Order: sequence, then structure tokens, then C-alpha cells
Amino acid sequence: MVGIITYGVYIPRYRIKVEEIARVWGGNASDITGGLGVFEKSVPDLDEDAATIAVEAARNALLRRKIDPAKIGAVYVGSESHPYAVKPTACTVGEAIGATPNMTAADYEFACKAGTAAIQTCMGLVKSNMITYGLAIGSDVSQGAPGDALEYTAAAGGAAFVIGNDDPIATIHHTSSFTSDTPDFWRREGQDYPRHGGRFTGDPGYFKHVKGASNLLFQETRKSPKDFTYAVFHQPNAKFPQKVAKDLGFKPEQIKPGLVVPHLGNTYSGASPIGLAATLDIAKPGDTIFVCSFGSGAGSDAFDIEVTDAIKDKINRDAAPGVEKLLKNPIYLDYALYAQHKGKLVMQS
Amino acid sequence: MRDVAVIGIGCTKFGEHWDRSFRDLFVEAGALALEDAQLSGEKIDAMYVGNMSAGRFVEQEHIGALIADYAGMATRHIPSTRVEAACASGGLAFRQAVIAVASGMEDIVVAAGVEKMTDVEPGASTDALTGAADREWEGFVGATFPGLYAMIAKDYMHKYSMTREQLAQVAVKNHYNGARNPIAQFPQEITIETVLRSTMVAEPLRLFDCSPITDGAAAVIVAPLERAREFTDTPIKVLATAQASDTIALHDRRDISTMDATVAAGQRAFKMARLTHKDINMVEVHDCFSIAEICAIEDLGFCKKGTAGKFTADGETALGGSIPVNTSGGLKSCGHPVGATGIKQVYEIVQQLRGTAGKRQVDNAKIGMTQNVGGTGATVAVHILGRV
Repeated sequence: MVGIITYGVYIPRYRIKVEEIARVWGGNASDITGGLGVFEKSVPDLDEDAATIAVEAARNALLRRKIDPAKIGAVYVGSESHPYAVKPTACTVGEAIGATPNMTAADYEFACKAGTAAIQTCMGLVKSNMITYGLAIGSDVSQGAPGDALEYTAAAGGAAFVIGNDDPIATIHHTSSFTSDTPDFWRREGQDYPRHGGRFTGDPGYFKHVKGASNLLFQETRKSPKDFTYAVFHQPNAKFPQKVAKDLGFKPEQIKPGLVVPHLGNTYSGASPIGLAATLDIAKPGDTIFVCSFGSGAGSDAFDIEVTDAIKDKINRDAAPGVEKLLKNPIYLDYALYAQHKGKLVMQS
Repeated sequence: MRDVAVIGIGCTKFGEHWDRSFRDLFVEAGALALEDAQLSGEKIDAMYVGNMSAGRFVEQEHIGALIADYAGMATRHIPSTRVEAACASGGLAFRQAVIAVASGMEDIVVAAGVEKMTDVEPGASTDALTGAADREWEGFVGATFPGLYAMIAKDYMHKYSMTREQLAQVAVKNHYNGARNPIAQFPQEITIETVLRSTMVAEPLRLFDCSPITDGAAAVIVAPLERAREFTDTPIKVLATAQASDTIALHDRRDISTMDATVAAGQRAFKMARLTHKDINMVEVHDCFSIAEICAIEDLGFCKKGTAGKFTADGETALGGSIPVNTSGGLKSCGHPVGATGIKQVYEIVQQLRGTAGKRQVDNAKIGMTQNVGGTGATVAVHILGRV
């Protein structure tokens, strides 16, 4: 059965607190943290971008399980902050892990769900025996314009999943997608920061599509929320996944391990993949995991995943840092250093 | 002049109708009004529709014809007229319909109001609304509606001893009422703390002092009183219709914390109806900002100038008070689709007079009043309606 062979995560060590951003823009920090359920967000180092984060996450995946990188026949990197508009991040990753040259590669963009779209593509290539392993990554140094509501949450991080047939640590039984042309959030070519339709990103965006894909998967698999040990949702803030989980009939304890946004922020394409990784970090054989991503524009991919015995003996989860460890011991930045790290300061040429 | 009665009313839910278009909204409101009057479309002689800025909000002009068309009346070629007076567009559309019937020119006339405001970004809607002020002397130099009403509030609080808490009570009371209104956009009860802790918009006005951006439509049908019982067992008589104007720019007014147009329209209405403020059982006023309700109840004569803060804090304007104000929840809680607001006010008063206002029903309601403001008070429409 097709499934996850190994996985890895990378989160930069720097953080900025929501109250520090609120201080600069005159926002009410307690209202913002209360409204979003987010207290701090990760910030990339000066030399980090979506490509370096993707490479780190992929390397962490390969540290956990010794597979021959040359057998990775496809690399797909989902991001909305690819460092180049033309020149694939996926080639950089393939080269860095030794998967080149006998592989196919491409970069994906579907707002915050390009990482799960990459997983689906790899599933198809594996199931059709076109490749042995496929590497699917969601990675972002998320963009939020200075002073915009997005700036309080736009974070950096990524997760990588090797997809294959060979003793997966978690079987992916089914995936369902729900997509429509909904302009809730966008960034045009050449623009530095995305724009969004405010509350329009909520009901007609996030909730419609997450519920659409989730209910479709329940219908197609004849399963319901009680059939899953854990659930992971796209987490632009803590409020949305908690609300959609409740609306669908999940209990708070089911989403707890995968709800990493309060001290990480929204890693866009990395968000639901990191939530899945955090859940795999603590999962036992037989645990079942429901995952539903969301990307503005808009669409959601839902997955029915079951953890296998291979998670005990085919993989060494301790060989690379888990999400909990990556979130520990952060270095806090003030807004000035954060602005420098994010390239928001325009230097004289 | 003939006596005129309201024979049918309809209103959409107010809110963010992202999945519905401008025309969907007015078609629903119109259909509800026709159903309420048990009337088929062939009986309609004319239509007036209040709409402030469809051109800016949905890039559609020529609203009169559009509505006649989508109401299925284009092939009957009935006259259909758009009326525009910024946020008072609805009130003026109602007045035009009443005048058309009173004059004997038409018999069965629809007065509607519609606005679809959430299809543009908040900045664009703020700018469209600024067109209700003096663009050259106010808008171009940076004034927005929250800013202009904040100046009114500042001036008022400087002259009179109203506290910030008393001003907040306007919003608290209106949300209490809105929580009992099924069409309200924000039917949540709030406290004074909610208002005082909300985001500052333009000092001293905070977010919860301001009415929201809203999509919605409302329609009422008027007919000669003598024919009203053909359509309804509970006709509501239009006892007075009045309209007044004032300088378009706030700074040109005699007194910026008195709306002289409200005073004038109120006095004309009372004179026409041969009534005084003591005869009114409840009033819908134009609380686009909390301070606007404070000024309105004074300018209509329900309390003395400078006392409306205490009057409100004492519960006189609450349900069960001496003069319940904005039982619908007002613009603040029910929502403010600008062109529809004046019609929604009539919709609310008719429900009160019919005794169908549910949990917000005013006991023994016989006479009600509406006050609909355009801009900062450059146009005011006042109507008095009564049970027959």
C-alpha cells in the first residue's frame, strides 16, 4: 500500500512575539492573541528561504530512514515563497540530497496546500509504478505585508515526506480533494506580499473547502470523525482549525498533537504537513490520522492515514529533531531584527 | 391628498451575503413584500428604489430599470425610479412612493432599498461612503464618516456632560434589541466593556460605536388607505412624511452637534400628523454612529439638548422604557446596507404596529416614527406611521 516511508521537519530557531509586532503597529496584543490563538511565530535567519528549509526538512527525513536517495524518482516542492519565479526549488533539493539526475521535479504553488498536492502527485506516481519513491515537501518563508493582519502569523518552516510502497510507516488509504475558483487570497507576479479579502477568507474560503474535502472523504471511505485517533487541519491561526474540527465532530484531544500554530505561526505550505509530522512524532502503530489542508484560491486535500508497525522498527524517529524539539529554546527577535531577517529593510544600493 | 397605507413588507437578512448578488437581494425583499401583501406583480403600478452607490459597490447603475426587469415587470413597462440621497436614499424612496399614491397618480407602489457593500474592500467602501459628505471640502482633505461623526461626538462631549459610558450604552441597548431580531447582522448582546475595549476608530468613537458594512434589501408596498383592506387585515397608515435638507459640509452648520434637518423634518412631521413626541410609542433613528442616536433623539424632541446620554443610560430608550429607540437593533446591530436602511426602519415600525415584532415587541404600540439621515445630516427623512 502506498504511504509515508519517512518524514522530516525543519523550523528556523528565531521567533517574534505577537505582542512585539502589535507594539510596532499600535495593535492590542491581548485582543490579537485572544482572537487568533497565536502567541509567537517563527522567523527565518538572514540566509534562509523556502529552498534551504525544504533541503533541511528533506535531510531530516533521510536521517530517520536509510533509503537510497537515487531511488527517489520525483521531487515536488510546494511553496508560495519559492526564491525564484523561474528556476525550480525542487532541483536544489534533489541535488542537495543526492537524488539527481534520474528524477522528475517541479515546483508547486497552491497557496497553503501545495505541500499536500505534492503528496497526492507522489502517491499517483508510486501507485502507477512510475517511481519507487517520491519526495513531497511543503515549505515557506511566509509573506505578510508590514502592518497587515497576516504579519502576526506569517511564519517559516517546512515538512518533507517520502512517499512509497515499501514498508510505509503510515499507509495512506484514501485522499479526497475539493476545489473551486474562489479569490480569497492572492499575490500577483512581482508583488512582494499577498492580499486577501479579510473575513471572506473564512466562510467561503477556509470553512467551505475544508468541510467540502472532509465530508467528501467521509462519504467515500464511509468513515466518520470517531474512526480517527488524531486529526490535523490547515492552521492559519488556532481558531479556524478548532472551529472546523468542532463543526465536523472531532474532539479537542484529537487535534491537540497536530495543532502547532500557537507557538509556530502559519507556515503556509508547511502548516498542515508540519501538523501531520507533529502527530507522527507521537503516533503508535494502529493510530489513524485524518488530515485536511487548505489553500486559498481555493481548495482542500483530505487524507485517511493509518500508522503501521513499521514506525517502530523501520524508522528511527530520534535520528532527526521532532516538531516539539524544533519549537524549544527559540531565540526571540525584536521587530527591527525581524525586519532585517525578513528583508523588509530596503538597503541602499 | 389621499391617505396612504403600508400593505406589505419584506426584508432580507442583513449581513455579508458573499454568495448572493445585488439583484438576488432586492428580488428576495420584493418577493417577500408581495407575499406579505398577498399581491401578484401585475398589480404594481410603480416602483421607487433607494440605492446610494451601486456604481461604486457593484459597478451597476440604472438601478430603477434593473429592478423592474428582475422583478418581472419590465415587459409591463411600469415606471421604476432610483432615488439617491446617500444613507437617506431608502427614506426618500418611501416618501416618493407615499407622495405618488397620495397624489392620486398611482395606486399600488413599491418602495424598496438595496445596497451590496461587501464586494469591495473596506477602504473602497469607506471612500464610496465619503461621497455622502462634501467631496471637495471634506473627502479630498481626508475626512471619512467615522472622522466626521467623531468631530460631532467631540463637540457634543465638550459642550454637554455626557460620559463615554453613556455613549457606549447606545450600542449596548441596540445590540440587546438586535439579538431579538431575526434579520440582524450582529445579533449578539454586548456590554459597555465590549464597546470601551474595542479598537479605536476615530477618537472618541470605537469600533462598537460604528455601524457595519452590510449587504441587504428591504421593500414595502403602499396603497391608498381606502383600498388597503383589499390586501391586508392590518393596514398601517402613513400619518406623516417629511424631508429636510441642510448644508452638505459639516463645518458649515450652525451647530455641528445639532442636526437642524432632523429638527425641521421632525417638526414638519409632527405638524402634518397633528401629534407631538409624547404620542410616539417607538422610534427608529439613524444610529450610523452611537453619537448620531444621541443627537437624533434630542433633535426629534424626545429629550432636551444635552441630556440624551443620561436619558439613554437611565434606560428610557430601551425596550420597556418611556420611548424605545431602535427596537430593530438600529444600524449598529441590525446592519446598515445604506440604501436599504430607510426602508428597513419602516419595515420595523410596521412590525411593531402589527404586533408581530416577537421578543422585541413594544406593548400596545399604536404610533411609530422613523428618522433616516443622509451624510452628516444634509438630508433627513422623517415618517410617522400608525395603526388604523
